[in-house]
Amino acid sequence: MNIELILFGAFALLTLLSAGTVIFARSPINSAMALVSTFFFLAGIYVLLWAHTVAVMQVLVYAGAIMVLFLFVIMLLNLGESPTRGKPTLARIAGGAATVGLFAVLAIILLKLPAAPATLSAGTQASFGTIATMGQVIFTQWLLPFEAVSLLLLVAMVGAVVVAKSRI
Amino acid sequence: MVPITYYLLLAAALFCMGMFGVLVRRNALVIFMCVELMLNAANLTFVAFARMRGDDLGHVSAFFVIAVAAAEAAIGLAIVIAVFRSRGSVLVEDIRTMKH
Repeated sequence: MNIELILFGAFALLTLLSAGTVIFARSPINSAMALVSTFFFLAGIYVLLWAHTVAVMQVLVYAGAIMVLFLFVIMLLNLGESPTRGKPTLARIAGGAATVGLFAVLAIILLKLPAAPATLSAGTQASFGTIATMGQVIFTQWLLPFEAVSLLLLVAMVGAVVVAKSRI
Repeated sequence: MVPITYYLLLAAALFCMGMFGVLVRRNALVIFMCVELMLNAANLTFVAFARMRGDDLGHVSAFFVIAVAAAEAAIGLAIVIAVFRSRGSVLVEDIRTMKH
């Protein structure tokens, strides 16, 4: 039992608990706060995977920007708690069955994956996951998708303003 | 080193929880949050495979997924606000103009 496995277990358990709170919380604001903690624990898991840049982006963009947007909208709409809860309707039972079935299929497939050697060569170890390497990959091989994403964000921004504004 | 299968199983569990929320919850905002959970599960899979292969491409994919998620959240929440203005509700079962 090494320290990495313990950390992974703790982060995984906390992530799943927070995700469960997101689904089952009564008020949307509790869901949003649980989602923030889910993102933080996932950032911890990314650090365990040596993806430091992704972990930082997770905290900055997801837990920072996107969740602020969510909380802002929830407070703007002034929503109360969900009126009904806990009644096992047909839709809920079917949804639960579909979820369990999908997870069973995924788990069977993943457990049959060939065990891969999980060690990196010494050359890649030093630069793996750093923002310099990521920037180099993005700006050489993936420049067009990167620019397309910037265009996508611009279109989304303009579209959000157009859709959400009140009558002119 | 934790086996990569554990990370993939965690991502699968997270994805399934998000799917359950999308199928079961009625509040459009919570449904959006569950979509974010599913996108995060996809990100975790990308990063886990990047770690396994020693290749930074998975991190780049996660970066693009995060950017698309930001755009999706902005548009989705704007639509929720517009629907709330015209219908006075964010429960998806109250919105069935296009159903019939």
